[in-house]
Amino acid sequence: MIRWLVRRTLQAAATFAIALLLLFVLMRLAPGDPLSRLVGDRDVSAAEIEQLRRRFGVDQPLLIQLQAFLAGAARGDLGVSIEHFPDRVTTLLASRLPATLLLGGVVLLLNFTVGIWLGVRQAVRRGSRFDRWTGRLALAAYAMPGFWLGLVLVAFLSLRWRLLPAAQMTDPLLPAGADGLTRALDILRHLALPALTLSLTSIALTMRHQRAAMLSVFRLDFVTAARARGLSEKRVRWGHAWRNTLVPMLTLLGLWLPVLVSGSVFVESVFNWPGLGSLAAQAIAARDYPVLLGTATLVSGAVVFAGLAADLGYALADPRVRPS
Amino acid sequence: MSDLLEVQDLRIRFPAPGGGVSCPVDGVSLRLARGETLALVGESGSGKSLTALALLRLVPPPGVIDPASRIVLEGVNLLELQGEALRAIRGGRIGLVFQDAMTSLNPVISIGEQVRETVAAHRTLRGKEARERAIALLDEVGMPGASTRYRAYPHELSGGLRQRALIAIALAGEPDVLIADEPTTALDVTVQAQILELLDQLRTSRGMAVLLISHDLGLVAGRADRVAVMYAGQIVEEASTSRLFRSPSHPYTRALFGSIPRLDGAVDRLVPIAGAVPLPDAWPPACRFHPRCPEVLARCSIETPPVVPLAPGEMSRCWLLVKGAR
Amino acid sequence: MIGSLGGLLRRAWTHPSGRWGALALVVLALVAVAAPPLLPDPAEMPDAVLGATPPSLAHPLGTDQLNRDMLARVVVGGRISLSVAVLAVLVSLTLGAAVGLVAGYAGGWVDAILMRGVDAALAIPRLFVLLLLLVVWEHIPLGALILVIGTTGWFATSRLVRGEVLRLRHEPFVTASEALGATGWRTIARHLLPNAAGPLLVAATLGVGDVILLEAGLSFLGLGVQPPTPSWGGMVLEARPLIVTAPWTAIFPGAAIVLTVLSVNLLGDALQAALDPRGA
Repeated sequence: MIRWLVRRTLQAAATFAIALLLLFVLMRLAPGDPLSRLVGDRDVSAAEIEQLRRRFGVDQPLLIQLQAFLAGAARGDLGVSIEHFPDRVTTLLASRLPATLLLGGVVLLLNFTVGIWLGVRQAVRRGSRFDRWTGRLALAAYAMPGFWLGLVLVAFLSLRWRLLPAAQMTDPLLPAGADGLTRALDILRHLALPALTLSLTSIALTMRHQRAAMLSVFRLDFVTAARARGLSEKRVRWGHAWRNTLVPMLTLLGLWLPVLVSGSVFVESVFNWPGLGSLAAQAIAARDYPVLLGTATLVSGAVVFAGLAADLGYALADPRVRPS
Repeated sequence: MSDLLEVQDLRIRFPAPGGGVSCPVDGVSLRLARGETLALVGESGSGKSLTALALLRLVPPPGVIDPASRIVLEGVNLLELQGEALRAIRGGRIGLVFQDAMTSLNPVISIGEQVRETVAAHRTLRGKEARERAIALLDEVGMPGASTRYRAYPHELSGGLRQRALIAIALAGEPDVLIADEPTTALDVTVQAQILELLDQLRTSRGMAVLLISHDLGLVAGRADRVAVMYAGQIVEEASTSRLFRSPSHPYTRALFGSIPRLDGAVDRLVPIAGAVPLPDAWPPACRFHPRCPEVLARCSIETPPVVPLAPGEMSRCWLLVKGAR
Repeated sequence: MIGSLGGLLRRAWTHPSGRWGALALVVLALVAVAAPPLLPDPAEMPDAVLGATPPSLAHPLGTDQLNRDMLARVVVGGRISLSVAVLAVLVSLTLGAAVGLVAGYAGGWVDAILMRGVDAALAIPRLFVLLLLLVVWEHIPLGALILVIGTTGWFATSRLVRGEVLRLRHEPFVTASEALGATGWRTIARHLLPNAAGPLLVAATLGVGDVILLEAGLSFLGLGVQPPTPSWGGMVLEARPLIVTAPWTAIFPGAAIVLTVLSVNLLGDALQAALDPRGA
């Protein structure tokens, strides 16, 4: 088991390394000069340009740059931001990570409770009106661009009807001495709309996976056998059938991360939620390449890690898979 | 011995492809008394397994049990039960040992846990007591090292041990009737004998009635008190085991014997039964065996043979037994 | 192959939601193609001072902040978004099939390297790849945008095709025909298409929906279709400051996206179900 884990981790590291290589190539592929934006229309002398180029390391030959990038990534150093110079990219990422984790965590929680429950219900009531219409509604929500749904929700629920805050994570007018509970509630109120937007647009994914997995398990002999033992329908459904869908659902967890991350770029920027997504959006506007690259690196690393975790999860969830 | 279980005119209907209805089980009647073993014998496709499922009301959709059927367990018509009462019967009064232990056991739950949860579902035992009872059951079915094997997963056990686990689960609710559907098909010959011996022991020690379903006549020879032979959804002959083996009264039963290899050299050629088992959506008219019957009469293809009672508890569906039919 | 595809389409037609999806798409496509000449010029600003006006008889979907007819803009935007999506998916399909074929047939280290690369590429969310490429590419021309989007979406297709090729390689009839002198290439290619056509069609259909959403997002960030070419995402971006005073300027383009993507997905679902009848 340990040997397998080590081997798998090395594989993941290799994949990540290749991903880093690809990211670097991407960065150099695009025509245009990342520094031009910084310079803008100002009249800059050649010497000043040369100074800038040296500062950001773009004056070196490509191979040296690649080396520097990879070495830096291994150390955990992703360079310096152009817009927020001299802040290090890693510092920026670290400061924004908690907000995204909070948002992402809540969205995952919603998806994997409500989404799973709905998916199971759909499977149990296969072919019913509930099944068909829930499926269609979920699909319609999935077809909504996150930024659009967010804007519409903000327009009506926040700006027009003043039910929930329109932006950011906290109320800037909150008194400094406010206690923990008030602060927490304040964050929750701000969390509501972005979490709702991200959840709605992605719940179809969870529901369909769960529904399909349940349907294929229902067909298996041991489900009838479990009923024949006189176990309650609830136990048969959850303890026997659903328990066997954990493995296919783990695949979903691996798919989820890219969906979450991509969605959060739009949702966070619409709601000004101070996370990685809005950082990326701001970096786009400012043409802050190092920050964008740093975010992409972090996200890719997370995806690779999530895949590794999913594999480990398989082994734990399905005793047949455990390598001896 | 009074009847524990009585099945009257069991009929199961399925929608047939292209409209219409087919009845893979078409008028089956059985009686089972406490302490006896009834063997239900037939080829695959005769409807044996469906009959077993019907007794627990587990006919897979879109199949339905015809409302005119009756399944009576000690005076209670099982077809009228709903919800909790029905659940209590499953495993609690009637236990079913499925054919394939590998697919009937949940692969991600240990066998001990599967026994324990069944115990907990039927008795008011909880926690440690339920666990101990589960281990005791595994012991009872001859599982070596029951307390350690408790944690084993189905794929970690041999075929024979898996079958024993399945039997333990079926017994967990302390049923009065045990249905064993082809309990030995997936096993080696030596293990087969062990399992059948075990079932016999359990029957006497627990005073249960056993319905032994098999396609193998030889298997039931020393194990059953009575035999019911099933063909094309119907019971074509029912008799005590000794009488059936001595002088089978239905051509199908006779043909079955003729196709079994025997060690005493009494048969010099195996005579397989000509033709193939008919499908439920195309039962032959009148006597369903007539297209393959070596002793067929003209009447057999025109008029459905009646149920001819022979001795008490014995019958046969054949024109040959009706005086003046030839 | 046409036969098997035809059968697939026919079975998909029996699905009620698939039927709606297909019909809606046909209507959308027709509108996108035929309607523009019948509508006012989307660039025309009859009375710029008026700014955005709510839906009326003259302007069924209202006007935007520059008093341009919304209906015309949405329709022309639809033309752009749909063509970008379809063309990009075609690019992805071609690339994916090519790589998949090569990897599956060549095997050995070629396969290993290619698939390692695919794995790594899949680790980077598609959006980020596009962001990195497009951020520095100011004013990207439409054709280049299509190519860029297409080249970021072929990875899963290559896996699919590779899987099919591998499966076919081990089929006895391939080795038999090879023994008879026919090159494995030809046999596989001839049998690959009918087998893979179904799954590829499903992947392509669902891919169109993905690209529409992706392109809309990119345009919303200012990176996709460049103004003054109308695009649904771009229209939502422009409508953002007016979201409270003139919500229709944002609602309609978004609704158009929802309708189109939903139709595409419904159709894709029906095709998927037609492929695997048990899964419905």
